[in-house]
Order: sequence, then C-alpha cells, then structure tokens
Amino acid sequence: MDAPAASPANTDVPVLEARGVTKRFAGVTALSDVTFSVRPGESLALMGENGAGKSTLIKVLTGVYQPDDGELFLHGEVTSFARPLDAQKSGVSTIYQEVNLVPLMSVAQNIYLGREPRSRLGLIDFRRMYSDARALLNEYGIEVDVRRPLRTLALGVQQMVALARAVSINASVVIMDEPTSSLEAREVETLFRVIGLLRARGIAIIYVSHRMDEIYRVCETVTVLRDGHVVHVGSLHDLPRMELVSMMLGRSVEKVRRGGVTEFTDANESDAPPVLVADDLSRKHQIDGISLVIRPGEVVGLGGLLGSGRSETLKGLSGVMQLDRGSVSIDGKTVRSGSVPAAIRAGIVMLPEDRKSEGIVPNLSVRDNIVLAALPKLSRAGFTSKRKQDAVVDVFIKRLHIKVSSPDQIVSELSGGNQQKVMIARWLAMTPKVLLLDEPTRGIDVGAKAEVQSLIDELAHEGLAIVLVSSEVEEVVEGSARVIVLRDGSIETELRGDDVDEQSLLAALAGDSSAGAGAVTPGATTTANPDEFPTKADA
Amino acid sequence: MTQATVSVSVPTRGSVLGLFQKYGVYIAIVLLLAYNLFFTPNFFAVDNFRTQFVQVVPVLIVALGMALVIGTEGIDLSVGAVMALAAAVIPLYVGYGLVPTLLIAILVGAVIGAVNGSMVAFIGVQPIVATLSVMVAGRGLALLVANEQLKSVTDPGVLSLGRDSVLGVPISVIIAAVLVGGVAILVNRTTFGKQLIAIGGSRRAAELSGLPVKRILLLVYVLCAALAAVAGVIGTARLGASVPSTLGNLIELSAITAVVVGGTPLSGGQVKVLGTLAGALLLQFISATLIKHNVPDAYSQIAQAIIILLAVYIQRGKARVK
Repeated sequence: MDAPAASPANTDVPVLEARGVTKRFAGVTALSDVTFSVRPGESLALMGENGAGKSTLIKVLTGVYQPDDGELFLHGEVTSFARPLDAQKSGVSTIYQEVNLVPLMSVAQNIYLGREPRSRLGLIDFRRMYSDARALLNEYGIEVDVRRPLRTLALGVQQMVALARAVSINASVVIMDEPTSSLEAREVETLFRVIGLLRARGIAIIYVSHRMDEIYRVCETVTVLRDGHVVHVGSLHDLPRMELVSMMLGRSVEKVRRGGVTEFTDANESDAPPVLVADDLSRKHQIDGISLVIRPGEVVGLGGLLGSGRSETLKGLSGVMQLDRGSVSIDGKTVRSGSVPAAIRAGIVMLPEDRKSEGIVPNLSVRDNIVLAALPKLSRAGFTSKRKQDAVVDVFIKRLHIKVSSPDQIVSELSGGNQQKVMIARWLAMTPKVLLLDEPTRGIDVGAKAEVQSLIDELAHEGLAIVLVSSEVEEVVEGSARVIVLRDGSIETELRGDDVDEQSLLAALAGDSSAGAGAVTPGATTTANPDEFPTKADA
Repeated sequence: MTQATVSVSVPTRGSVLGLFQKYGVYIAIVLLLAYNLFFTPNFFAVDNFRTQFVQVVPVLIVALGMALVIGTEGIDLSVGAVMALAAAVIPLYVGYGLVPTLLIAILVGAVIGAVNGSMVAFIGVQPIVATLSVMVAGRGLALLVANEQLKSVTDPGVLSLGRDSVLGVPISVIIAAVLVGGVAILVNRTTFGKQLIAIGGSRRAAELSGLPVKRILLLVYVLCAALAAVAGVIGTARLGASVPSTLGNLIELSAITAVVVGGTPLSGGQVKVLGTLAGALLLQFISATLIKHNVPDAYSQIAQAIIILLAVYIQRGKARVK
C-alpha cells in the first residue's frame, strides 16, 4: 500500500520508523499493520479524520501505548518505549495542543525542569539557568523575562517554551498535535519560523492539524490514515487538496455519486418562511461570522472537516456555547444567547455528538431518559405523573422502534442505536421547531443507522427543520436538500440543488479554490493510481 | 418478550456478592439482630429499641440531606457545623416556643446551605472544598454566637422534643419518620428529585437537556443544611443544653457512612432513602451491640470504618460487573 513517491528528505535513514504496527483495544483494531517513517529535517503531515488512528499512532510512537504487533526503529535500530519518559529520553518529544508544563514555575525552571544546572554545592544554579534559558529562547527569536511564571505569558509563548524545552532535551523528532488551535495569527507565524529553524538543524517534525492551509505551508510530505490503515504516503506538494480530502474520507474521486447508500429519499428545498435565522455567529478561535437561514421541513447539511466549526455552530445555535457575537432568532423572535433552556423554550434542540458523555444519563431508565427534558411538562405542581409520562414514553418507543424489555430498563444496557433513538425521543417529546443533529448515526449499527436516517426524513416531511452534521459524505449529500460547507470556522460555500453531490462537497471541503464547486472535472484530479486507496465499499 | 435477551441485570448473576450488592444493609441488620437475640440480654426490650431509635434520629436526619447531596455527586462536610449553629441560636430565641425555634434554626441552616450551594453551583468550587471551609467557619461562627458558652435550655416546648412521646413514640422519632417519608417522596415522585438524580448521573447531559442545574444544586445544599439544623434542634433538646462546641462533631462521617452503606453510590446518580434509614440503623445497632458487650467506644469507631470500607468495596464490585 506504500506509495512509490520519493520523499524529499535529506538522508536515507529514517530518524523514527514504525513497521507493521498493530494496536487493538478490546477487540477494536485502532491501528492495523501501519508502516510509517520520518527522516531528519522532514516535516510530515499526519492526516486523518476522527477515529482514523492518528492519536493512537502518536501514542505508540511516544511510548504511551505498546504496540500489539510490529516494531519501532530509532535511527535505524530496533527500539521500544516502555513509557513516555523513554521516548522523551530517546529524543522523541511531543507538543500537545494544551501546554503541559508547570504554570506556576518560571519559564527557565520549566525549560530545565528535572535537569537544572547545579552549582558546586549541589544547589540549583539559578544564574546559569536564567542565562541559558534566555540564550535558548533567543535562538528562536523569543524575548521574554525567563523569571516570570509561565502562566503569565500568552499561550503562544508558552507553547514556544514547551518547544524550546523539547528541543533542548536533544529532540530529534518533535510531534505537534494541533499546535495552532489556540494561537493568534502572529504567534502562528513565530511557530512556523521556529519549525523552519528546527528542520534546518535536522530535526524531524510530525505535524497534526486539521487546517489545510497550514498543512500545505509547513509540511513537505504526508501520511494519510483511515480506519487504522495507512492509505497514502507521499509528497504533499503534488497532491491536490481535494484528493487529500477524499483519501481522508475514503471517497475516491472517481467513485462518487453511486447513490442509494443511505435511507434518505430525495430531499426537497422548502420555500416556506424561515423558522430559524442565525446572523453572524462568532466565537474566538472557533467560528467566525456564520449566518444561516433554515426553513420548516428542510434538512440542511452542515459540511466540513473536523475542526471546521460545524459542531461549534450547532453549539452556538443551541445555547451550549456562549457566543462573542451574533444572534439567533426563531420565527422572528430573538433567542437569548448562551442559554440552553432559552433555546429549548424557543424550540431549538440539539442531539450532541458524544452520546455517551453528553446525551444519555447512563444509570437511569429508558423512561427517565426520554422524559428528562420534558419532565416539567409531564408533572403536576412539581409531582411527576406516571400516567402522563407513560403516554409520551409509549408513543416514542413504538414510533421510533426502540427495542427495550420495558420502559424501566436501564438505558446503558441498550445498543448504541437504541440509545440514540432514546435521545431523539427526548427531544421530540419537547415538540421542537428546529432539530440539530450532530453525528446522529456515529457508532451505531447498520440497521439502526438506516432507521435513524429514514426517521430524519420523516420528521422533515412533517415540517421539522433539521440541521445535519455528519462526517459521512454520503449521509450529508443524500440527506440534505442543501449543504452549507464550513472551513476554518467560516462558511466556505453553499451547495444547492444539483450541486449537492459528493464531488462538489469534497472540493468545497478541501477549500480548493482552483476546483470550486461544480468546476471540478474528474480528469483534472485523477491520481496516478486511483485504486491505491480503497473506498469503504471495497474494504 | 422477544427482547428479553437485551436485559442484563446485575444481581441475577446469582452470586452471594450480587445479593449483598442489592440487599447488603438489610441482610446485615437481620444478622446483627439475630446475634443480639441470642447473645445480648435485654436487647429485644421495647425500652431498648425506643432508646436506639431516639439516638439514631440526629444522624438519620442529617443522612437524609446527605443522601440528596451525594446523589448529585457532591458531599457536605458542614452538616455538623450547621447543627452547632442551630444549637447556638436556640438560647437567643428561647421563650417563643417550639415552632418558632425550629423555624429560626431551619432558616439559619438554609442560609449556610445557600452559601455551600452557591459556591458549588455558581462558582464551581468542588463540594468537598466548599463545605470543608464552611464546616470550619461555621463552627467558629457558632462559638461566636454562643459567646463560647454552654447554655442550658429551659423552654418547655423545645425540651418536649427530647422528652415527650405520643402514644409511646418519642416526638423526635415521629419527626424523623415524617422526614424519611417526605424525602422519599421528594426523590421518587417529584420533578426536583428526578432532576437532581439526573444531574448526579451526568451533569453534562442534564445541562444539555436544559435542566436548571445550578438552581437544583443550590436547593439541594439548602435542603441538606436545613435538615441538619432540625437535627441540631433535636440534639439540643435531648441534651437540655446548647453545646455548640461539640454538638454534631464528626456527624458528617456517620451520615456519609449511613448513606453509602445504604447503597447510595458516592459517584451520584442514585438516592436510596430507605437504604439510608437502614444504614443509619445498622450503625446504631452496631455501636449499641458493642456497648452492651462493654467494648470501648474506640472499637465502635473502628467497626464503623471497616463497614464503610466493606460497603464501598461491594459497590465497587457492582460498578465492575456493569
């Protein structure tokens, strides 16, 4: 499966290499026979969507996990990291999105933590530590008072300190996991400059980010993971964005638009007056100026890669996330921002992405879970009414075909699909106007998936306005009448009518300006060997 | 029932452990009573049981409130201090009779509970930290109010709470019984009860479902402290004196033990009201048994510690089976 592409690296011996690495968790294979290498001075983009195995691979490379199968090589020699410290000592450092240093200690202390320069008496030689730290940071063009506690510095500078610490421990590989997710534009520039300096010194960079623009600026090679497999290795510069995205999502450009994969019938655009109008929704680092108009009876897809702001948009609409700016109104009436109860009262409800930790209350019964939000409506003077509850619960168990032994069964005993139906029932019991669905079919079996999809259809036909977020391209395309595509927190484009197909969506997801929606001709983006990456159907 | 296979109920595993997980506290009480029937003279006398019930009342009432707090995945260490504060304000209002005294004590308790609840719900202080600080400050405040003095209580209304009976049942026991019933209804039959359990089960899910999470948390702590204040008045009535320096000392530990032994997990999401009653009774019977066999009090504390460890261990097993 390895691509023939030659890596433009400096030497032939990879500094860090994994061969045939397999990692399983309780029967689930997170990494399957993964072979991966990075050479000195190379900057490699590690790409993949949710669940592709990126973080598992990083954890194997840094000694957090032990591979079940396969070997690691460091500078060409077999090695194994029993724990993260071993990897660090061997020169493999990781910079996480959240800085993991000691916030109350000074910058210099953080850099030299655990290996402080000592005076002849064995005490910490503060003077030397400060001057060393200053010199080290100056190398990267960072001027700070190294005596200040780390937490008083801007996040970007803190990250530089983490980087400086990593490199000063003789790192030969630095892994960066979403390093720019909380940085200002100026700080990002500094980071990129430092990355350049590190590469010039022969340090390899493994860069994980969802931001396409960054990847193409910083990285020269790319390894794409999908479902635990390496699906592509090669140079980044001759790889069109759209092709990269289609590999990440498992949709080969040739094989799009087979149709009939999902249970959706043809979705129609509605011309009813809008039920939901969102204007200029913005929150720093998350979403910027998102405006939407949703009409009753239509399913609007919200497309975007991970980190594009699609979940954040739903959270902004449903009051879960406080907005810096912008307004949401239902039937012309403004909804108080940042309040879940206010949004629910107005008729906006959201099915959260993480069903297990944000959706179900695991130790409660199916009945209690279904009525959770509607409880006050099903009570008299604060006392619950079993009769009123049963009326609602029975209707939804029947209507959504929830498989339970009785309404009193504990919800955590149900399958994922049935739990998801319980969640949908919880919201339908509130008779909402707008239903926001964040990955409604993730982690549920095929049968339940089809049921949930046809239910979405049915609800739309009954006049509910639905916003659908899904990582599965075919679900968005076939389920939605129109698709609003987000990229880096803003609306990239909107696909309508005949433009709602997988190809246009992939192009928009990639943000390929040369290949905008509808402008893509299949020939222009053909890979040398299209069968190099199997689609889900093939696998 | 074609879907019967879906259900995996824990106790049907048939193990002794499973049985203990569900009915452990009741089994323990039966075993203990059986032991006393044979080996402790005069244990099964009406007078003895009356004494046992009277003695368990303060811990039981405090434990009821504690069960609510623990149900939300919280804890309240300040209950003993609230009892002391309630005791401290009683002499200031003696002469007004029982009901006003009770109301004032409850009000004082509610204020302290609001302080706890505000810190936990609105500021986000961890319950153990918030209530620990109130526990220390509260007892200090009680001593200040009382001028660090022990004062005897002479109000006949208040004293009747510790002395008098109706149809042979002590008033304090009647109050406790009413409170057990009230809290049981609150937990099982009201919106508030269902919501507080949901918060303990998954705070995030409760928030995303639009529940007034902060308001409920605040109210739970207010209720817990108000119940502790009632326990403080009853304790004072029994002593016939306001003793803010020692009243309710370490009662938080007994109350937590009663709740946990009664089957309410510290991880929240469940409240066992009858279990809490049984847990408090079990602790009371154990210490009574030890006393009747002239075992020093220190041993009874060690016994309590062993029981709480056992209870938590059995619950842990339950979590693992899941």
